[in-house]
Amino acid sequence: MIPTLFFVSLITFGLAKAAPGSPFDKNPDKPARQATIDRWNAYYGLDKPVHEQYIQYMGNVLRFDFGTSVRRNRPVSEIIASGFPITAQLGMQALILALAVALPLGVISALRQNTMVDYGSLFFATVGTTIPSFVMAIFFIYIFGLGLKLFPITGWGTPQHMVMPTVILALGAAAFLARITRASMLEAIRQDYVRTARSKGLREQVVIVGHVLKNAMIPVATVVGPAAAGLITGSFIIETFFSVPGIGREYVTSILALDYPVIMATTLLYAFFIIVANLSVDLVYGMLDPRIKVAK
Amino acid sequence: MATASTTQERAAELNVLSRKQRSLWGDALYRLMRNKAAVGGLIVIASAFLVAIFAPVLAPYDPIAIPLNPSTQMEPLWTGSKYTDPRYLLGTDFLGRDIISRLIFASRISMVVGFIPTFIVFGLGVSIGMSAGFFGGWLDQLLMRFTDIIYAFPDFLFLLIIVASFRASGFGKVLDGLMLIFVAIAIVGWVGVARLTRGQVLALKEREFVEAARSVGATSGRIMAKHLLPNALAPLIVTAAFAVPSAILGEATLSFLGVGIIPPTPSWGQMINEGFPLFSSNPWAVLMPAICISVVMLAFTFVGDGLRDALDPRMKT
Repeated sequence: MIPTLFFVSLITFGLAKAAPGSPFDKNPDKPARQATIDRWNAYYGLDKPVHEQYIQYMGNVLRFDFGTSVRRNRPVSEIIASGFPITAQLGMQALILALAVALPLGVISALRQNTMVDYGSLFFATVGTTIPSFVMAIFFIYIFGLGLKLFPITGWGTPQHMVMPTVILALGAAAFLARITRASMLEAIRQDYVRTARSKGLREQVVIVGHVLKNAMIPVATVVGPAAAGLITGSFIIETFFSVPGIGREYVTSILALDYPVIMATTLLYAFFIIVANLSVDLVYGMLDPRIKVAK
Repeated sequence: MATASTTQERAAELNVLSRKQRSLWGDALYRLMRNKAAVGGLIVIASAFLVAIFAPVLAPYDPIAIPLNPSTQMEPLWTGSKYTDPRYLLGTDFLGRDIISRLIFASRISMVVGFIPTFIVFGLGVSIGMSAGFFGGWLDQLLMRFTDIIYAFPDFLFLLIIVASFRASGFGKVLDGLMLIFVAIAIVGWVGVARLTRGQVLALKEREFVEAARSVGATSGRIMAKHLLPNALAPLIVTAAFAVPSAILGEATLSFLGVGIIPPTPSWGQMINEGFPLFSSNPWAVLMPAICISVVMLAFTFVGDGLRDALDPRMKT
């Protein structure tokens, strides 16, 4: 994990430094004087050779000092501290909503295989995983924001503001999880132990809940990690779209403005969460299914 | 195998031989063609290709040039508002350019950006993954370490960083920014394909037919090309079928964020980006490209699902 994070930081730093242009030439109408640019470069340490900048930066990171945003002239840790709770809240809401929709939908469509319910949920799953989130957001805004005027279009703060970003962010994950739940239920229903349970005369509910559901949830639990990682990635498109002041939007604007300290810190943060999400899958898998031993 | 003893059995055997032979691929094609959603998807994709190829013939107006006296942006005819113009069926954008013409020309970007990076990704990914899986050793080690790192980067984050970093360079302006998008998608995408190929090769290379080929003196290159590749092809084709729409999505998202195709060249994502500030006054300038993206993405997904079911019915979810 530490070596992976190290390389992620190296690649991001390298790419950000290889980029032509500097954060100080973003206003073509009012170019800054060279003396001013030199002073800024010295202030942010941008006048040193790249490898020295990197070593210095990583040294600071180890002391939890992520530098100062070039664009906003605020400490990066402050920016992250103000944006992170919002992004985390949005992500958690979306994950809970996705699970609340996907699990029942997947289970019901597997139990009613090849009925209208099943086809309906398969269609939902296909559309939800296929249509990009920002395109879905456009349709939602058109119908619920402009047409029915149910929810405000952009912004954050009140519960009404949270509805559309949460629903759209949850949609892709819900579709993905519903698909996996259905497939894994169908797989479990066909197993011999289910036939045994039925043949010894257990009631259908007991068979479904005690034997099918319990085993079908194992593969589902393992994809919650990747689904959460997908939510993390999805969050910066949705935050940008709906002007949600989280770190996702901060990330996109900092990339567009070549604001290195913010890019570095947020990339590392995202990479950290994705690695944790994937690692936790391995651990959860080992706990749920004793047949699987965590390798390595 | 026991020889058939009775006349009837011999006749039955002859009958089997005289039946029209179908190869594995023929079978798959047959199954694909029976899948209505997949056929529908193929038709949509074929039409999108034709539209892209014949864009200059089909488009009624210039997609880029701004009209000499642009009036306010027009709404589609069916809205019946006073801001309509019979010459522009779907209305005009904020600069007075015909939306149909821009949609038609934008299909070119999506088609090209869907297929060309996919070819690069597969060329690179398959050859590297196959050598890593077949020869093992340091190449394999390097590949596995590298994929660990790339997997920690969310795909789109990586794509965004690459494109944003090199957008202002000379290379970033080649072909209105298309070249940079090709390369960026290829850099992000090849690792997954390499990993998949490697896994396939690792499983296949211990099988008897590979041993048999080696025992009659086949070279490594021949074993890879003639024995491993055809057997590893089915999951690779399915992955490729899904790689195309994800590349289209990548370009659309980048252009939507304003770092993709350089204006004034139209792309669907960029039309959304340009129209969005005026979404509440003229929603159709945004809805139209959004619908185009949705239809094309769904078509590719249906074909991908169909291919997966056709090539390996056991993989069906």
